[in-house]
Amino acid sequence: MENQLLSIITFLPLVAASILALFMRGDDAAARAGAKWLALFTTGATFVISLFILFRFDPSNTGFQFVEERGWILGLSYKMGVDGISILFVMLTTFLMPITIYSCWGVETRVKEYMIAFLVLETLMLGVFCALDLVLFYLFFEAGLIPMFLIIGIWGGKDRIYAAFKFFLYTFLGSVLMLVAMIAMYMDAQTTDIVKLLTHDFGHETFGLLGIQVVGGLQTMLFLAFFASFAVKMPMWPVHTWLPDAHVQAPTAGSVVLAAILLKMGGYGFLRFSLPMFPVGADVMGPLVLWMSAIAIVYTSLVALAQTDMKKLIAYSSVAHMGYVTMGIFAVNQQGVDGAIFQMISHGFISGALFLAVGVIYDRMHTREIDAYGGLVNRMPTYALVFMFFTMANVGLPGTSGFVGEFLTLAGIFQVNTWVAAVATSGVILSAAYALWLYRRVVFGDLVKEGLRSITDMDRREKLIFAPLIAMTLILGIYPSLVIDVIGPSVAALVSDYHAALPPVAELATH
Amino acid sequence: MTSADFQTLLPEILLSGYAMAALLVAVYSTKDKLAPTLVWATAGLFVALALYIGVGGSGERTVFNGLFTDDPFARFAKVTILLSAAAVLVMSQEYMSRRDLLRFEYPVLVTLAVVGMMVMVSAADLITLYMGLELQSLSLYVVAAMRRDSAKSSEAGLKYFVLGALSSGLLLYGASLTYGYAGTTQFAGILSTVQDGVPLGLLLGLVFMLAGLAFKVSAAPFHMWTPDVYEGSPTPVTAFFATAPKVAAMALIARLVQDAFGGVQDQWGQVLAALAVVSMFLGSVAAIGQRDIKRLMAYSSIAHMGYALIGLAVGTAYGVQATLIYMAIYVTMNVGTFAFILSMERDGRPVSDIAGLNQFAKKEPLKALAMLVLLFSLAGVPPMVGFFGKFYVLKAAVDAGMVWLAVAGAVASVIGAFYYLRIVFYMYFGAEQEPVDSRMAPVQLVMLMGVAAMMILGLVNLFGLEPIAAAAAEALVR
Repeated sequence: MENQLLSIITFLPLVAASILALFMRGDDAAARAGAKWLALFTTGATFVISLFILFRFDPSNTGFQFVEERGWILGLSYKMGVDGISILFVMLTTFLMPITIYSCWGVETRVKEYMIAFLVLETLMLGVFCALDLVLFYLFFEAGLIPMFLIIGIWGGKDRIYAAFKFFLYTFLGSVLMLVAMIAMYMDAQTTDIVKLLTHDFGHETFGLLGIQVVGGLQTMLFLAFFASFAVKMPMWPVHTWLPDAHVQAPTAGSVVLAAILLKMGGYGFLRFSLPMFPVGADVMGPLVLWMSAIAIVYTSLVALAQTDMKKLIAYSSVAHMGYVTMGIFAVNQQGVDGAIFQMISHGFISGALFLAVGVIYDRMHTREIDAYGGLVNRMPTYALVFMFFTMANVGLPGTSGFVGEFLTLAGIFQVNTWVAAVATSGVILSAAYALWLYRRVVFGDLVKEGLRSITDMDRREKLIFAPLIAMTLILGIYPSLVIDVIGPSVAALVSDYHAALPPVAELATH
Repeated sequence: MTSADFQTLLPEILLSGYAMAALLVAVYSTKDKLAPTLVWATAGLFVALALYIGVGGSGERTVFNGLFTDDPFARFAKVTILLSAAAVLVMSQEYMSRRDLLRFEYPVLVTLAVVGMMVMVSAADLITLYMGLELQSLSLYVVAAMRRDSAKSSEAGLKYFVLGALSSGLLLYGASLTYGYAGTTQFAGILSTVQDGVPLGLLLGLVFMLAGLAFKVSAAPFHMWTPDVYEGSPTPVTAFFATAPKVAAMALIARLVQDAFGGVQDQWGQVLAALAVVSMFLGSVAAIGQRDIKRLMAYSSIAHMGYALIGLAVGTAYGVQATLIYMAIYVTMNVGTFAFILSMERDGRPVSDIAGLNQFAKKEPLKALAMLVLLFSLAGVPPMVGFFGKFYVLKAAVDAGMVWLAVAGAVASVIGAFYYLRIVFYMYFGAEQEPVDSRMAPVQLVMLMGVAAMMILGLVNLFGLEPIAAAAAEALVR
């Protein structure tokens, strides 16, 4: 039973989605409410079961736990399991999904389909974090595009078509290259079992290809193919341009899932595949990734300053924060990787909350233009408070979880590359600039806009949505060990294996 | 000639006899009124024969002095051909009856075409190959022009005939060169000749034959007839073109390169690889501009043939297995998709403009969902079964060290995803406009829903296809 727990939480939402698709008829108010309640109940139950998994999880064991394995076609296997790196992503997903579902209580068009899309999406996201077979991972990773494509395309804003296509094709292109790399890995290692691949030694002898000397050989090639996929997903500068479009057009709940969970798949991929499987490739490409991250932090922060659309601004801020994550990961030391995972978890709460906060006023005014607002504090004191809290958390105010992530990643990178650390630290200031400026323009000032005079403060449902997010942001900010203790041993093993797998510098140079 | 020879050929003989008998009965009785019965009887016979071949057949033997061979590979292809032909036949009955298109010749011609295909996949000699191919092609030319009062249909038939005749000419020329240099028309003889090196003349013959066959599978750059013929032919006929003949021609290529030119993959590998790459990209790129769903499916099939050719190009048993699985998945998807296309109509007239699908998901959510599954499967997006087809061929390519071919296939699949997505876009996101009606005969609905369900459930174990295809490929590649 215990070994099937991961399959149960993964497929429970899918079962609910099938029930909705096959047995729910009609489109009256009762049917809509029924669909919403079923979705909420399912995601809630999933969360409860995942809590049980978390309590039974043994952090000191750096191997995989709750492993389930069955045979499958093509010599592949259906294998699920979690370790210290993935368990918190599973928790993040199960924690955020009920909140997301509850946040779309106001949706009235094609409710049943909307709920189905989110439930299927939850299954696929959990599958990504639990899969321990390359192709199974790819299956979940890619299939996640379909519901998200539909969520943006059907329930999105004005330019939703363009955004949906751009989202789909961008990420699809990234991942098919990964597929080819996966096949190449299979050929090299004769297995698709991730546990075995983690210990497989992929070749790193330099070879010539089309007149170019590929330092790090096969590992570098594989690294690049995976990088194409994860960098797009993450998204890293300069392949981030799909994200602002997708965010702006996606409905609120879609943005929340996209920012809070889907982006984390890229970071998770780096930690699960790129670092442990291709250490030499990662070492060769590492400096480039670090500089790309630093550029991302500064450049997208500057771009965020120029935005007139609230969602776009937060989207660019997400790209910048993901820059800290990649930087921390490729620092490959305990602080860096700990910080990267922490930052991803914390960003899940904070960016999700920010998008929800935009959704609150969007639902009332139907515009996301910053200029359309101003002086909201006069009519919406509670909202002003909540928005303030998450703006500060986004900036990285000590006491919130945002601070811990940024601090740890910067501490990690400082030991590896001082210059990158210096450039990235300047991003902290820039992020304070755009976040506070956004806050001032939207919330402070006099309430002069005619349409805002009758705007109402948050109702009970909205407060209820933000409460758990505020709690988590504070708890993790004050007591980060909650996360660090769980991930620590696995991260320590990852980092030490990584450095042990690197050949001595002299050897690389002579190849 | 012994009784064993005839017993091996029994399915083909039975079908030919049936076709003659059906023709006579229909001519001397109620003519077209008999057609619906004939359609169902023919489909029933196909299924029965598929069962007979699939379950009853075993072993390998070559009969009629090395003209005809029966092995697991041929049986795999025959079962696929028979089942897909049966599915297309029963799907088209209601559509054609309603439009007064259903003539008694239709099932008879389809039967003869199927006999031709079965001979093709069993060919062990250039003469048998050509006989089967021509029997199939001549029947198909007539079927394409079935709608006698429509200029488009006649044009399609004529175009198909002229280009088909050209390709047959190429093939014959290649066959004569091969005969000249090898001194025999038997595959086994040619095989032993090429083992001691391939003379230039023989290579030239092979290239001509491959060009001729590329016409039949509509691989680029020999694809020009496909969009026009697909568009002009009555939709059920298009559905037929897109399924069984493709399997037969693909199997024939496999048979020719492996049975007659096995062991010299370096000679024909690049030819097939080039065909594959050009087809994948042309099929994907050219489809982007199409508004007509039948033309779109034509380009889609060109691209799909490119993927299937990857498996053959690598020349390994695993590659052949990949191609067989790919083709089986491909025809299944096409049967489902065409079940849907057949149902698209407005005021009783068939519609093939994809913009007509606007808002379709609101009107028919379940059918739209099934179509969504099929389209993502055609695009090769996991977890649909179409992904596994692509995965197999890409794996075969990497396995054989042709990574560049796999990368090309992967990139082309992204381009291809765009136009499948556009159909989804019309169905789900389209602007307000009256969507097409979807009037489905029960059998079409069953096909659409059944295939869509298969595309998802297949990810459990591909319905046990893998070991069967592996056995078939092992038998072909030695």
